[in-house]
Amino acid sequence: MTGPASHQIERSTLATRLGLLAGAAVLLALALAPAYLGRADLRLLGEIFLYLSLASLWNLLAGYAGLVSVGQQAFVGIGGYLLFALTIFGGVHPLIALLIIFVAGGLVSMPIAALIFRLRGAYFAIGTWVVAEVCRLGFAQLGALGGGSGISLPVKVVKSIASSRAGREAASYWLALGVAVLVIAIAWLFLRSRRGLALTAIRDNELAAASLGIDIWRTKFVVYSMVGALTTLVGALIFLQKLRISPDAAFSVNDWTAFVIFIVVIGGIGTLEGPIIGTIVFFLLRETLADLGTIYLIVLGIVATIVMLFAPKGLWGAIKHFTGFQLFPLGYRVRLAKGGKQDSASMKRDAEG
Amino acid sequence: MDWLNAIVQGTLLGGLYALFAAGLSIIFGVMRLVNIAHGDLIVLAAYLGLTITMLLGIHPLVALLVLVPVMALIGYGLQRLILNRTLGEDILPPLLVTFGLSVIIQNALLEVYTADPQKLQAGALEIASLNIGGLAIGYLPLLMFVTAVIVIAGLQFIFYRTALGRAFRAVSDNQDIAQLMGLNRRHIFAVAMALSLAVVAIAAIFLGTRTSFDPAVGGGRLIFGFEAVIIGGLGNLWGTLAGGIILGVAQAIGAQLHPGWQILAGHIVFLAILAVRPRGLFPRMDG
Repeated sequence: MTGPASHQIERSTLATRLGLLAGAAVLLALALAPAYLGRADLRLLGEIFLYLSLASLWNLLAGYAGLVSVGQQAFVGIGGYLLFALTIFGGVHPLIALLIIFVAGGLVSMPIAALIFRLRGAYFAIGTWVVAEVCRLGFAQLGALGGGSGISLPVKVVKSIASSRAGREAASYWLALGVAVLVIAIAWLFLRSRRGLALTAIRDNELAAASLGIDIWRTKFVVYSMVGALTTLVGALIFLQKLRISPDAAFSVNDWTAFVIFIVVIGGIGTLEGPIIGTIVFFLLRETLADLGTIYLIVLGIVATIVMLFAPKGLWGAIKHFTGFQLFPLGYRVRLAKGGKQDSASMKRDAEG
Repeated sequence: MDWLNAIVQGTLLGGLYALFAAGLSIIFGVMRLVNIAHGDLIVLAAYLGLTITMLLGIHPLVALLVLVPVMALIGYGLQRLILNRTLGEDILPPLLVTFGLSVIIQNALLEVYTADPQKLQAGALEIASLNIGGLAIGYLPLLMFVTAVIVIAGLQFIFYRTALGRAFRAVSDNQDIAQLMGLNRRHIFAVAMALSLAVVAIAAIFLGTRTSFDPAVGGGRLIFGFEAVIIGGLGNLWGTLAGGIILGVAQAIGAQLHPGWQILAGHIVFLAILAVRPRGLFPRMDG
């Protein structure tokens, strides 16, 4: 764009840049939290970050790749069990185990993808659930890992993370925060990349995308394995925080998929910001209504169903619709130079539609 | 002999799985809807059956006379009031709404009936059996299997021999043109869901008399029904029966090998068939 351009193409607006700046400030405050927050608060925040990661990952699958999975608990459980197996039997340091688990998660997800990509739409969803059930029943048969009743992380392994209790809690908190930041950054950068653009095209119209030469199967395969690897890593962190694992807890469809789906639907599916809003709403509801037990789950289900029926773009979708604000800009805007009418001239060529 | 027995008992159990699957098959065939709450609706029907038998003091099979119309009515209302709003090009809304319904039903059952396992009492029928060449064949499993065959034959008749079936096939082929021909698709869809839940009522009574149930078992029943549908091939009702039988036999053989492998064996056979024949054994339509 040389010379006196009649227009400019920009990705971010002033509001976006201020928003990201505020986000960075919040992140800094969160990173320093172990210095000024109590144990219970740290633990809760750690859990929030892990749910935020799961929600962002599921959103990448369902909201962008059109792969609606109800079997992500397979990866959470595998991650948890690998952590226990590697540290207990392999004698691997937990932090190194996390790296191995990340790679292993990606490797495991590839054959699974090759198999269940044969199912389409909703049948794909139930197919992922079958895979998760196979994992649950399979791990329940492994006597060395506690069989059906589960196993605890030995004290020796726990102490190898940090010798003091406060040190361990801070480490576990930072790991959770780190993985949430990693997941959101990867999702954002991926969606801005060439392959991300292909993914958005597939989401909007598969046939048109294919006719432009996009390899649909391959693009979905890449997303599925990437999400699989990261979900496995999150799973390992979840059970590093819990210190105990059993097949029913590791492969729970309610804990690792139902809640995650509700978070994304309420927050706004198909937006990067949606899972963040959804996670905040989910934990606000949980902290206020948790005493009601099953009623709380019924309320959550009803809220999610109503949002899906009447506001399918969720809370963030409504915010974006009215303000046009994006915290994580993905599209482009064309802004005409002075003289052009500024108001409607900032025609949004928004890749997000 | 043990193996022959496992195969025979597995085949009869397959009848129950075919009943789970037939309800899914109907609504997928008519409106391409996959109902994630299907398993929980089976459990809901089982609990309603329990309440009816307790209140009226009648045999579970007699309770069907009340339960079938009640479930059909629930199905009609559910489709008309909620699910019709979700149908369209996008597959996400029906999936997520039925998933939400599944969680709502499961927890509402937990609230009303508690987590205690319950069972329908069928009296002498539960333990009576027929002795054929050293094999003991229970009357209840036999009745279950025969019912499945009759239900599937009945559905086949409705789909291919009646005006309602013609309407089902018309909206399935092209909703807009069917609408132009004077069919109200919202009504037809609701009737299909009513039919689906009528079959669910029958399946639920057999589920409840065969084993105990609690609010959490819905997901598993959905998966069995789904596996039977995919093994048999989409859109083929007799294929669904074959799928149910294959699943039942696989589970029975798995259980014979090792008690912990029963359910696992069924899943593995399903995944193996998916790997070799992705469209199922006898497909009639595309997913």
